[in-house]
Amino acid sequence: MSGFDQTLLDEADETVRVRLIVNGRKVTCEVAPRDTLVDCLRDKLELTGTHAGCEMGACGACLVQIDGRAVHSCLVFAVQADGATIDTIEGLSESGVIADLQAEFHRRNALQCGFCTPGMLVNAQELLSRVTQPNREEIRDALSGNYCRCTGYETIVDAIDAVAKARSKGGGAA
Amino acid sequence: MVTNLASRLMSRWISEETAVKARAFSYFRAATIDQALDAHARAGDDARFIAGGQSLVPALSLRLQAPRLLIDITHIDELRGVRREGSHLRIGALTRHCEMLSEPLIAEFAPLLHAAAPFVAHPAIRNRGTFGGSVALADPASEFPAMTLALDAEIEIAAPSGRRRIKADDFFIDLFETALQPGELITAIHVPLFKADQRFAFDELARRRGDYALVGCGMVATFTGERIDDIRISFFSVGNTPTRVKGAEATLIGSSLDPERIAAAQGALEGDLAPLDSDEVPPAMRLHLARVLLGRLLGRLGEGA
Repeated sequence: MSGFDQTLLDEADETVRVRLIVNGRKVTCEVAPRDTLVDCLRDKLELTGTHAGCEMGACGACLVQIDGRAVHSCLVFAVQADGATIDTIEGLSESGVIADLQAEFHRRNALQCGFCTPGMLVNAQELLSRVTQPNREEIRDALSGNYCRCTGYETIVDAIDAVAKARSKGGGAA
Repeated sequence: MVTNLASRLMSRWISEETAVKARAFSYFRAATIDQALDAHARAGDDARFIAGGQSLVPALSLRLQAPRLLIDITHIDELRGVRREGSHLRIGALTRHCEMLSEPLIAEFAPLLHAAAPFVAHPAIRNRGTFGGSVALADPASEFPAMTLALDAEIEIAAPSGRRRIKADDFFIDLFETALQPGELITAIHVPLFKADQRFAFDELARRRGDYALVGCGMVATFTGERIDDIRISFFSVGNTPTRVKGAEATLIGSSLDPERIAAAQGALEGDLAPLDSDEVPPAMRLHLARVLLGRLLGRLGEGA
C-alpha cells in the first residue's frame, strides 16, 4: 500500500529513466535524481540552446516551456519532469512560431552577446500566447526575471512590442 | 521570491561554498498523501517534500540542505484544486502562484491573494511555485504567508497521526520556523470567503520589480458604512516572521478612516514592529517605509479600494 521501496534509499545517484516529449519528439533519458533539467537537455540531449547561467533561478537564461508554461530548467530536476512536454528554444525555432520574434530581435539589434536571448524568446513567446496586446509595462514585467548583462533591454522591449502589434493586426511581424 | 532568497544566502555562502549542484539523493514520486508521509517516516525524516521547488532546488544546489530522499508531491490529486466549502475557500496546497491570477474563485472570494500574486517573484517562478510551498517555507519576506494572517486563514496539515487545522495566527513561529513538524505536509489553506461589506488593500515597496519587498503589507477590513468593525493588517519583510500589527488594528476598529485616525495607526507601528538590523535597510528606514505604506493602503481602503 505504501508504494515506497526502502531500497531506494540506498540508491541515491543511481540513474533512473525518464520519458519526456521534447520539441514534439518522444525521448528517454538516463539521469541521476540530482540532475537538473537544464543539464539533462544540454548534456544528454545535446540541446545547448538552453543556457545555464546562474543555476538558481535568478537570470532567466535557462527558460524552457513545460506543458506550455515558461519555467526555469535549472529549478527543476529532470526526474520531476518525467512525463512532461518540454519545448526548448530549438523546438520553438524549428516550428516557426517565433520566426517573427527572431526577425524583429535581429532587425532591432535586440541581442549583443546572445547569451540571454533564448530565455528572452521563450518568455516573450509565452507572454504573447496569453496576452494579445501587452503594453510596454506588461512586457517589462514579463521580462523582469530575464537578465541581459549587455543591458540591451530597450531594444528587446521594442522588438516584443513591435511583434505584439504586428500579430494583433493579424499579419505577423515579418 | 525564491531566487532572491538564494541570492541573499549565496552572497554569504559563495565565498566558502562554491557547490552549485545538489548532493546525491533518491527520488520518490508519491501518488497519495499516505504514501508521501510513509516515505518520509521510512527515510528517518531525512527527507524533503518537493512541490514547485522554486526555493528548495536552489537550497539543495547550494547545499544548504542535503536530504537523502526527495518526495515529489506534485502528482497527489488531493492537494490540487480550489473550491468553496461552506463559508471558506479551500485552496489546495499545489495551487500555483500563477493560478492565483487566473482562477476565478480566487479573484471573487480571495481577492487579496489575487492582488498579491503579481508581486510574487517573476512570471516563470509563478508558473511553478505553489501556495502551500510558500506558506510551508514561511519566508518572512514572502507575500503569501503574510496574507494568510491578514485573511485569518487556516492551514490544513496531514501528519502521520492524522489531519489537523491550525490558524495562521498560530502557525508562524520564528525565522523559517512554523508549527509544521518534520514529516508533516500542508494539504490546503482555508480562507474565509470575501464578503460584500469587506474591503482589502495590498502593496509593497521594492527596489526592482520581482525583488523581495523592503516592506510589504496586505489588509482586510469589515465595514458598516464607513466605520471599521474589524481589520486585520499583516506586514512582511519586517522581521523574522510575517507580522500582524495589532496595535495599529486596535486604533482603527470602531472608527472611520479620517486622517487623524490613519496617523494614529501609523504611530502605533513603532510598538508593533521591531525591524531587524540590516546593512542595507536600517530599522528606522524600514519602520518609516512601513508607516508610509500603511498610510497609503488605509487611504485606499477609505476610498473603497
